[in-house]
Amino acid sequence: MSSALLSARGLMKSFGAVTAADEVSIDVPVGQRVSLIGSNGAGKTTFVNMVTGYLKPDAGSITLDGRDITRLGPRQISRLGVARSFQIPQLALDMTALDNMLVAAACNQGALSFWQPAHSPQRRERAMALLARFDLADHAERRVSELPGGVRKLLDIAMALAGQPKLLLLDEPTSGVSVEEKFPMMDTITEALATEQVTVLFVEHDMDIVTRYADRVIAFYSGRVIADDPPDAVLADEQVQRYVTGSARQGG
Amino acid sequence: MHNPIARTMLAGVGAIVALMLAGLLMPKWLLFLSTMAISHGMVSMGIVLLMRSGVVSFGQGFVFAAGGYAAALLARHAGVNDAVTLTLGGGLAAALLALPFAPLLSRYRGIFFAMLTLAISMVLYGILVKSETMGGSDGFNVSRPTLLGAEISAESANFALYAVAVVLVGVLATASRIYGDSVRGLVSLAIRENELRVEYLGVSVSQAIAVNFVFAAFLGGIGGALTVLAQGHIEPNFSYWTTSGEFVFVAILAGHHSMLAVFLASFVVEVVRSFSNLYFPNTWQLAMGLFLLIVIRFLPRGLGSLWMDRLAARRARKEVRA
Repeated sequence: MSSALLSARGLMKSFGAVTAADEVSIDVPVGQRVSLIGSNGAGKTTFVNMVTGYLKPDAGSITLDGRDITRLGPRQISRLGVARSFQIPQLALDMTALDNMLVAAACNQGALSFWQPAHSPQRRERAMALLARFDLADHAERRVSELPGGVRKLLDIAMALAGQPKLLLLDEPTSGVSVEEKFPMMDTITEALATEQVTVLFVEHDMDIVTRYADRVIAFYSGRVIADDPPDAVLADEQVQRYVTGSARQGG
Repeated sequence: MHNPIARTMLAGVGAIVALMLAGLLMPKWLLFLSTMAISHGMVSMGIVLLMRSGVVSFGQGFVFAAGGYAAALLARHAGVNDAVTLTLGGGLAAALLALPFAPLLSRYRGIFFAMLTLAISMVLYGILVKSETMGGSDGFNVSRPTLLGAEISAESANFALYAVAVVLVGVLATASRIYGDSVRGLVSLAIRENELRVEYLGVSVSQAIAVNFVFAAFLGGIGGALTVLAQGHIEPNFSYWTTSGEFVFVAILAGHHSMLAVFLASFVVEVVRSFSNLYFPNTWQLAMGLFLLIVIRFLPRGLGSLWMDRLAARRARKEVRA
């Protein structure tokens, strides 16, 4: 599968008696929007963590653009063009939104300068443009600790996108955001991503969001992939209804 | 001025000139006290650099002593007499000595980093106390240096060494400010706030901390060398843990936002120390302790936050308008 951007083969991972990944094989071609669904503990985040190098699989391999990244750490994988956002936004709380963005933009530019000002006009302009794409320009000068949750989530994603990654993994982009805010937020994200040639994998619990924004849905159940098709087909799948969407509705 | 580096340099030159002029008016005791405050402030500024990347060293006595002994030994055995060369030599020696520890230490955070640095400084203390050739626990004296080839007379010694300290420290403090405002400086602050995120952005956090550790060692070595030249004496106490503690004290007092605050804090501590030593020699630590408690309670972000927060707010307002 050399045409795939990301290719996972036979991934295995267990934590004690819990199997978080059981023979997971996924190929993702360039440009696709893939949603990962499944109930808590089904193995979605474990998959994201293995792709980004936070966890090492017990067996199996992961390649990016044909290059083996199975044993690499988060830093090396990030440098190869894989960025991620976090379920709980990982930001510098005592810094402004703009400073966070400046950091994200600088980190992907190779060696960090010891003397060039972080706040040079060009850098600021670039960072402000990125913030503006996520409707965050008004919050630029505010400390992150003063910003509401939804804004932090957007900033977290904007930072992931700053390095123009090939592959972007979003871990529950709309979790912790109110129902009314979810769709506008996903619209903002989709619009921001539209101008980028970026392949997206996102973990999501809300099936309405999944149907609307994903090209393809992969359903997990106890570490296994139980369905991998376009949204309609997956949501119509009997196993998915029993193990994923059914329980999600009960829970929601 | 639009170029921030030029603006910082100008401020640095201005501060150097102002301090030199002030030095001309100072009585001898104040000159000496200021020289101590400036050179000790250099060590604390190293700690501030480390604080800006989220770690605190409780063992900067290690580099303070390394720089001091290097300068003293160069003067005694290598025939080097020039004050500037000796000071820079002290800084380089401290940085070189710290270099092999940097990769190890940069893997630790919080109390583990602090305790490991403390341990290293106490090992050096132990070696220095037992070392016959370096004077053991008494240390040894260092004769008065020359300055750029010229002899320094006894009357002008205080001012000459003050001037050397002001110029060298002024240049290094300016460089540190530029570094603090640089791309790497901002990433350092982000490391302090959220290491995980920075690592996921593709930057090696431990490497950044290791770099700051070596910088801090260089600054600490400079401080040690300047102290030795001004005091004319070196002893193992330079590496003792209470010495390291005072440097941390000053760094906390100053906070990590302003370089100027470091020297202000250092000066305050020197003044309190020398007066308390004189008038209530047995309880002066008590006064210092209370002082620190008050600062932590009412100015948790340090003296520097008094004006840096206001400056930042003004800058933000200006940019919103523009």
